[in-house]
This record gives sequence, C-alpha cells and structure tokens, in this order.
Amino acid sequence: MPEASRAITIALAGQPNVGKSTVFNMLTGLRQHVGNWPGKTVEQKTGEFSRQGQAVRLVDLPGTYSLTANSEEERIARDYIIREHPDVVVVIVNAAALERSLYLVAELLALPAPLVIGLNMVDVARRHGINAEAHVLGAALRAPVVALVASRGEGLRELLAAALRLAGNPAAFDPNRPAIRAKHRTVLEEIRALIAGHVPAPYPEDWVALKLLEGDAEVAHQLRAAAPEVWERVQARLVEHEDAYLDIAGGRYEWIARMVRAAVLRPTTGVVSLTSRLDKIATHPVWGLALLLAIFGLVFWLTYTVALPIVNWSDAIVIKGLSDRARAALAAEPAWFCRLIVDGILGGAGRVLTFLPILVVFFAVLGFLEDVGYFVRGAYVMDRYMHWMGLHGKSVLPLCLGFGCNVPAVLGTRIIEDRRARWLTILLAPLVPCTGRLAVIAFLTPAFFGGAAVLVSWGLVAVNLIVLVFTGIVLNRLVFGGAHTAFVMEMPLYHLPNARTIGLFAWHNTFAFVRKAGTIILAMSLLVAAFSALPGGDVESSLLARLGRALVPLGRWLGLEDWRLIVALLTSFVAKENTIATLGTLYGAGDGTGLAARVGATLSPGAALAFLVVQMLFIPCAATVAVIRQETGTWKQAAVSVGLLLFIALLAGIVTHCLWR
Amino acid sequence: MAAGARAVLRQLRGGREFSNRVAALGFTVGAEVLVVENYGRGPIIVEVRDTRVALGRGEAAKMVMEVVHA
Repeated sequence: MPEASRAITIALAGQPNVGKSTVFNMLTGLRQHVGNWPGKTVEQKTGEFSRQGQAVRLVDLPGTYSLTANSEEERIARDYIIREHPDVVVVIVNAAALERSLYLVAELLALPAPLVIGLNMVDVARRHGINAEAHVLGAALRAPVVALVASRGEGLRELLAAALRLAGNPAAFDPNRPAIRAKHRTVLEEIRALIAGHVPAPYPEDWVALKLLEGDAEVAHQLRAAAPEVWERVQARLVEHEDAYLDIAGGRYEWIARMVRAAVLRPTTGVVSLTSRLDKIATHPVWGLALLLAIFGLVFWLTYTVALPIVNWSDAIVIKGLSDRARAALAAEPAWFCRLIVDGILGGAGRVLTFLPILVVFFAVLGFLEDVGYFVRGAYVMDRYMHWMGLHGKSVLPLCLGFGCNVPAVLGTRIIEDRRARWLTILLAPLVPCTGRLAVIAFLTPAFFGGAAVLVSWGLVAVNLIVLVFTGIVLNRLVFGGAHTAFVMEMPLYHLPNARTIGLFAWHNTFAFVRKAGTIILAMSLLVAAFSALPGGDVESSLLARLGRALVPLGRWLGLEDWRLIVALLTSFVAKENTIATLGTLYGAGDGTGLAARVGATLSPGAALAFLVVQMLFIPCAATVAVIRQETGTWKQAAVSVGLLLFIALLAGIVTHCLWR
Repeated sequence: MAAGARAVLRQLRGGREFSNRVAALGFTVGAEVLVVENYGRGPIIVEVRDTRVALGRGEAAKMVMEVVHA
C-alpha cells in the first residue's frame, strides 16, 4: 500500500464520444482545475478528491482515437503517460462501439502503464441489441474491466476502487498484449536491435520500434536527433516495409476481434435505432438545413429574449450607475485618473462582463446540442457550404456566436480540432458584426440616411458577411494553399442530455471568460483608455487625438477629413460602442439624439457610408485581440489578425469613397 | 455506392497520415462498411465497426471498396 500522504495520480484516457468527460465530471464535480497543457493551447483538466482516505489526482487526457502523432492531442496524451508515469491509466470504452474504442486500449497496452478499463454505456449498447459482459472481456484482456453507466453514476465507485487496487500493486498487471502480424515480426526485431541503447530517456525501446514501423514522424525525428549514426540503417529497413503501418492497424483490430468474441453477444435482430430514424431528417440536405436554421433561429430568439434584456439592463443601470458614481467620487482626482477608471475599467472590461448572460445562454445551448449528439450533424449539413472556404462545418457555430460578441466566437473555435481550420476561423470571426457594432449603426444610420436607414443597415451587415466569405476563400487559396480540412468525423449515437455535463460545460466556459475579462482584457482596456486620457485628461488633447490628427492624410483617402471621426474609430478599439461616446465628447453634444444629426450634417453621404463601412470592418476590439492572443498562444497571431482587419477596413473604406465620389 | 450498400474495404489510398487516422477509426483492409447516406453531392455517412462516420467525398474516394452482394 502506498503511504496515505502521497496522492495517487490517475490518468483518464478514452476516444471521443465514449463518455469520458461525463466520467471525469461525475468523479470530480466542481473540484476541477481547467488550464492548458504546459506550452500548448490544448485544454487540460485535472481534479483532486479523496476516496477512502486516499488523496487522488485525476488527470483528463485529451480524447484521441489513437496514439500516433497525427495531432497535438495525441502527442500530449502519450507523452503524459510516458514522461509523467501516472500510477494508473483508466481508459473508458464505449460498449456500443466496442471494437473501435478498444483500438486505443490496444495502443495503450504498448506503453508501460497499468490499465483499468471502464466499459461505459452498457445501457445504450443493450438498447441496440448488444450485450457486452465486463468480466468476460476482463478475462480475455487479463485486465480489470468495470461496467459503467456514467451518466447515471453507475459503476464509478467500483471503477475507482479497481484503479486504487491496481495502483497499490502495479506488479500484478500482466495483460494480454496485442502482437504484430507474423510477416512484420522479423523487421520489428531488427529495428528493436538496431535502436537498442540509442533511444532517448524515458521512451520504452519496444514502443519506439513499433512506432517507427508505424511511420510515426515524431518518434522518427527524435531518434534521428538522438542517434544519427543508427538512423540511416533504421530508415533503410523502414523504407522496405513502408506499408507495415496498415498491417499494424489491421493486426490490432484482429486482436480486438479475438478479445471481444466471447464477451459480446449480438442477436441478429435488425434493430432500427432511434439514431437512424433521427438522422433521416437531421442529415438530409434539405430537411437537415431547415432544422439547422430553425435551431439557429431558436438560439438567437433565446439569446435576444432571455439574455439581451439583462445585458441592456446591466449596461444602462449597473455600468452607467457605477460610472456616474465613480465620476462623482473621483471629481477631486486628476481628470486622466477619472477617465482611466471610468472608461478603462467600467467602460471597457466592465462592459465586456455585461455580455455574460449571452455567453451563459449560448454555452448552455451549445453544451446541450453537443451532449445529445446533434452538434456534429449540424456540422455535417453545413460542411458542403463551408467546404469552399477551406473550412470545416464546425466553424459555423463559433462564427454565428460572433453576432453576439466576437470574444466567445474566438473562444468557441476550441471545438475545431484541426489547427489550420481553427486559425482561419479565428481570423474570420472579427468580420462577423457584433452587437456593439450593430448598436453603432443603429444609432448613426437614421441621422445619416433618413428613410433609407434600414436598407443601409442591412447592406452594411451584408457587406460584412460577403467580405467574410471572400476573405475566407482568398486566405484559403493564398495562405493555406487551398488545402481543405479532411472531413472525417464520427457521428455519435443520439442520447439523453445530462444536466451535470451541460451545466459544467457552461460554467467552465463562462468562468474562463470572466477570468480573461478580469486580467488580460482589463489590462488592454486600461492601456487604450490611458492613451485617450493622457496627458491632459480630455480626449481632445490626448495622445490618441494627436494620433488621430496625424492620420488625417490617410483619412482623406476614405473621405474622412475630420480628425474627430478618426479618433472615434480609434477609441472603438476599447469597445465598439465607444464610437458613439467619443463622437459625443468631440462634437460636444453628449450622446443625445442631436449628436447623430450634428455629425451627419458635416459629412457627405459618401463619406458617411465610408465611415460606417470602416467602423463595421475595423480592427477587433481589445477584448477580442486579448482572447486571440490567449487562444493562439502568441502575440504574433493576434497582430496578424489586427493587421488583416485594418487592411480590409481601409481597402473597403477607400473603395466605398471612390465609388460614391 | 447508394445508401444501403454493403462493401468491404480493399485498399486505402492517400497519405500515411490520412490512412493512419481512418485506420484508427476502424477503416482497415477487410473491414465491412455500410453506406448509410449518400445524396450524390456533399459528404456521405457510412457505418464501420458499429460507428457512424461522416466522410467528405474526397476522403471517401481514397477508399477502394468492393461491393458485397447479399
């Protein structure tokens, strides 16, 4: 028995859609810590709790189908097991798709870690006419197998007990391991002999030899760096057996078939499942699209009837009330200090926080759609349209979220596994007009264009979306070489939603947003507010105004001769709605209804239109830039996004001005 | 191949990365595949080893199948 003071580390592994996160959530509840894997942008969840006086640390590994280094997630999962030596690895498999989910088990068995297998969704399997016996499977694998219905918490206690038992006596673990097919056995032995003594530290030689034969680029790279002298001979052997990797995968499935033969009873009654019936509609090119649009409509309706009134209320009452109070309390302080507090903290980070209700509603709906299994169907239906932008169908949802606020849109791209597609989606997200910008055009267009205001507003939104599609196509062709994301996506069975999973999903995502608003977004808002308040305390004489005046020659290209318009655009970097407040300050009319008319009177229709087009396409707000930095891990990519949007906005402004002159 | 057709996977074309990825999902030589949906355009849905998988047409074209006559 390990001494009670030492925490036992359990790594939780499993393929996607096997109920791994349900197991994790059920075991840890709110006692989880969400962060990123060191140096990576992949989310890492850990939870700590104690069972029978034993402290347990549960580490949720990324959900992966295999452990070959095709993706960052797969590298993280296998490196964790090899380098960090968890006491035990619990791997969750799906009883309703047992052969496929045992593939990961076959890969894990090649690593030196004791395994406990959680046979999840035995209820779902039974409904599909599949009867999987945990103890028979366990006897075949010579490893502990525990039957689970994780969504109802069944079997979790037994699973944990089995894991702790194995952690206390790892030497007892002697499983049935998959063997390679006979025709490649000799070459595996040869490679194993060649690399003996040359493999860098914690990597097991058997495993490295196997991965080399599987054509694993990362392992090959590591060996070449560590032992260039043997690499050439190894490579020569590998070239002769180039197609071995297909045989290895095939061999694993043959081994799996032997393992499950006795454990799975499958009567041959043709069960037409609920999933088949629902998919007839949900994945139909016409009905599926109609269903998706209806669901989007419902999400928007929910957002606007439930969340938006709360947002408006907190903006009008809480933020404005606090701002007034802060102004009164700080009247004796220097003006720049007052502006920093009021505009920077309350107007910038504070206003971003008022978007919380939209986020909660959105994440709850997203969590629901994901949990019941609808989400990938929506992505499937949209894929044929997103395809020519080089995007995955999954990009649709985060982009739609952008209509509320671009910050959650960028956060929402986490659901896109493919790095390239995710980065492209992040670049395109700020082109979706958010409520902040919609508020600005709603305020200014009536004064600028009178009766045509509604038409112009719709036109501006349409311009944004056309620019988005066009930018997507161009970026995909030029920057990403026209590559399209391989569309291979598992469609899980539909199942009943689990309130706990959805609740935790919404909670964690919202909490992550609040934490960002409290730190990085706050810092950015303060910085920009400082520029608009220093040195004198008013915008007219601030550094920002000086910048605005200096930019007038550039503004002429767009028909914007007035420095005040340029400053208004610049302050929209703090928060898009600031455009109105800045114009109010600079035109000396507060933010009453007279303002729009006064600004409108100084502008020709062409210049007014150019101003609005630029406003709609202008660089992402500070909060969005901050989360782009956070999600991509580098300032460089945030800078690329700002540069791209600046270029698009200026180009569109110039084109508008030229067409209208 | 129309919806409802059954086939056996004979060969995987395309790069090693692609083949590795789909092999992990169950697409290995000899695996039985059922076409669930195919509307002539856009991605298709197949069933392999009790799992429904959506495949882009480009991806599906890299899999050489032999139709099984029931």
